[in-house]
Amino acid sequence: MRKRKQIEEAIFMFLLRVSTYSLIAILAFIIVIIFVKGFGALNPDMVLKTPKGGFYYGGEGGVLNAIVGSLYIAVGASVIAIVLGAPAALYINVHLVRHKRTRNVIRYLLDALWGIPSIVYGAFGFTLMLFLGMNASLIAGIVVVALLITPIVVRTFDEVLSTIPIGLHEASLALGSTNTEMAFKVLFKQGLPGFITAVLLGFGRGIGDAASVLFTAGYTDLIPTALDEPAATLPLAIFFQLGSPIPEVRERAFAAAAILTIIILIISLSARILSKRYSRSNIR
Amino acid sequence: MIPYIIPSEGTNDLGHDSDLSLRGNGSQPVVRVKNLNVFAGEHHILKNINLEIPRNKITVLLGPSGCGKTTLLKCMNKLTDLYKELKVSGSIYIDDDDILNAQGYIPEIRQRMGLLSQRPFPLPMSIFRNVSYGIKLKGISDKKLIAHNVEKYLREVGLWEEVKDRLNQPATSLSIGQQQRLCLARGLAVKPHIILADEPTSALDPISSKIIENLFKELKKNYTIILVTHVLRQAVRLADNVVFMYYGEIIEQGPPERLFNEPATEKLKEYIYEGN
Ligand SMILES: Nc1ncnc2c1ncn2[C@@H]1O[C@H](COP(=O)(O)OP(=O)(O)OP(=O)(O)O)[C@@H](O)[C@H]1O
Ligand SMILES: [Mg+2]
Repeated sequence: MRKRKQIEEAIFMFLLRVSTYSLIAILAFIIVIIFVKGFGALNPDMVLKTPKGGFYYGGEGGVLNAIVGSLYIAVGASVIAIVLGAPAALYINVHLVRHKRTRNVIRYLLDALWGIPSIVYGAFGFTLMLFLGMNASLIAGIVVVALLITPIVVRTFDEVLSTIPIGLHEASLALGSTNTEMAFKVLFKQGLPGFITAVLLGFGRGIGDAASVLFTAGYTDLIPTALDEPAATLPLAIFFQLGSPIPEVRERAFAAAAILTIIILIISLSARILSKRYSRSNIR
Repeated sequence: MIPYIIPSEGTNDLGHDSDLSLRGNGSQPVVRVKNLNVFAGEHHILKNINLEIPRNKITVLLGPSGCGKTTLLKCMNKLTDLYKELKVSGSIYIDDDDILNAQGYIPEIRQRMGLLSQRPFPLPMSIFRNVSYGIKLKGISDKKLIAHNVEKYLREVGLWEEVKDRLNQPATSLSIGQQQRLCLARGLAVKPHIILADEPTSALDPISSKIIENLFKELKKNYTIILVTHVLRQAVRLADNVVFMYYGEIIEQGPPERLFNEPATEKLKEYIYEGN
C-alpha cells in the first residue's frame, strides 16, 4: 500500500515537472530562435536609426521609428487605461457591493470586450476615423489600443480587489472612511501590486498587437512629432519585413521581434520588482 | 467633537480627554436598539431585538455560535451595508442619532465607535499611518499634532515602547497580538466613546489576551465597551452587564452576579454548565 502511494507520488511529481518545464522550454525556444535569426541585424543602427532610403531592400537604417511609435502608443494607451480602469474597478467593488446584478452585468460585458479580437477594434476605430474625417494617426492608435486594453486592466484589477478580505473593508469603514476614501486610500493600496500586474498585462497586449494599429496608427518611416501624425509600430515592422523576399530584410524582422521581446521582458521585470515592493505592507 | 490638542509642558498628556465622560447625559444609555430585525433571505438572523447599553460599562454578549452576536455588533455601526444579502430594519440610536436611518453622516457616527474584530486587520500601510489614518480623516493635518496623538494612543495600548523604533515599518510586520493592540490604538485615535469588540482575544495567546483584558478594565472608565466572547471566564472577569442571546433572540440580560449564579432560563443554565 505504502509502496503504491510512493510510486503514484513519483509519477505525479514527474508529470508536474514535465508540464512546468516544457512551458519554460517553449519560451526559451522562441527567444533563442528570434535572437539567432535576428542576430545578424541586431546592431546599434537598428535601434538608433530610422529607415533610410532603400531600407526595405536591404539598405541602411533601423527601426527606431517603430520602437518610438510603439512606446508612444503603448504608454499613451496604458495611461488612459489606468485613468479609466482604476476608478472603474474600485467602483465595481465598493459602490456596487449591494447591487449584485448590475455588478454581474458589468463584469460580463467587460469579459466580452476582453474577448473581442483586436482586428475588430481596428475596424471599429477605422470606421470611426472615416466618420470623423481623420487620417491614420498616433492619437487614433492610442485611443483604439486603449479601448483594447482597458477591459483587461479593469477586470484584472477587479479580480484582485474582489479577493481583499471583507475585514479590511470593515476596518476602514469603522474608522470613519467614506466609501470613496476606503476605495482610494485603503483598497487601492492593498490592490496596488495586482494593479501593477493588470497594467503590465494591458501594456504587453497593447505593444504587441498589430491588428488594432494597422488601420488606425498607420505606418511611417518618420518618428511622429505630433498626435495627428501617423506612427510606425514594432508588430507592423515585423509583419512588413517578414514578408520580404530579401534575406537581410527578413533578418531585420527577427531583430525587431527581439527588440519587442526585450521591451516586454524589461517591463515585466520592473513590474515584478515594483509589485513586490508595494506588497510589503499588505495583509494576506 | 473633542479637539485634538498637544498639552503644554508638564501636564500629563497620557490621560483621557477630560470631557469624554461628560458626553451626553451620564445615566442615559449610549446605544439603544429598537425593534431590530435582520434577514438573510428567509433566514431570520435577528428577531426583534430591543436592547439598551449602559454608559461606561462593559456589556458582554454571550450565546452559542451562530446566534447572531457578530451580526448585532455589525448592525451597531452599520457595517451590514457591506453584505448585500442582509436586510436590516429597525433603529439603533447611537447617543441620539439613529445610525440605521441616518442619511449622509454615517461615517461620522461610526467614528463614535471603535471596532476590534476577531482577527486584526491592519491597514496596508506603516504602523504610524495605521494610527494616523483616522486622525487625518477627521481633518487634522498638523504633522506635530498627528505625531503627538499617534504616540499617545500607542502608549495607551502599551505598544509604544515596542514599536517606537520601527514606526515606518509595515503594520503586518508585527505579531498578531501586537497587531490587535495596534487596531485598538487606531480605533481609539478617532476618539470614539464606544468600543465594539468581537472576540478580540480569540486569536491571541494568553499573555496578549490578558493585556487586552486589562486594557478594557482601564478603558471602561472612559468608554462604553460591548464585548462578544466565548470565554465564560473572561465574561465573568470583565462583565458589568450580560446579554445572553439564543438563535437571534435576547433571552436574558442583567448583572453578571445574577445571570451567572442564578440563570433564569434552561438555555443559559446549560450554556454556563457547558462553559465550565
Ligand atoms: N452575510 C450573511 N449571509 C447569510 N447569513 C448570514 C450572514 N451573516 C451571518 N449569517 C447567519 O446569521 C447567523 C448569525 O451569525 P453571526 O455571525 O452573527 O453569529 P455569531 O453569534 O457571531 O456566531 P459565532 O459565535 O460563531 O461568531 C448565522 O446563522 C449565520 O449563518
Ligand atoms: Mg461571531
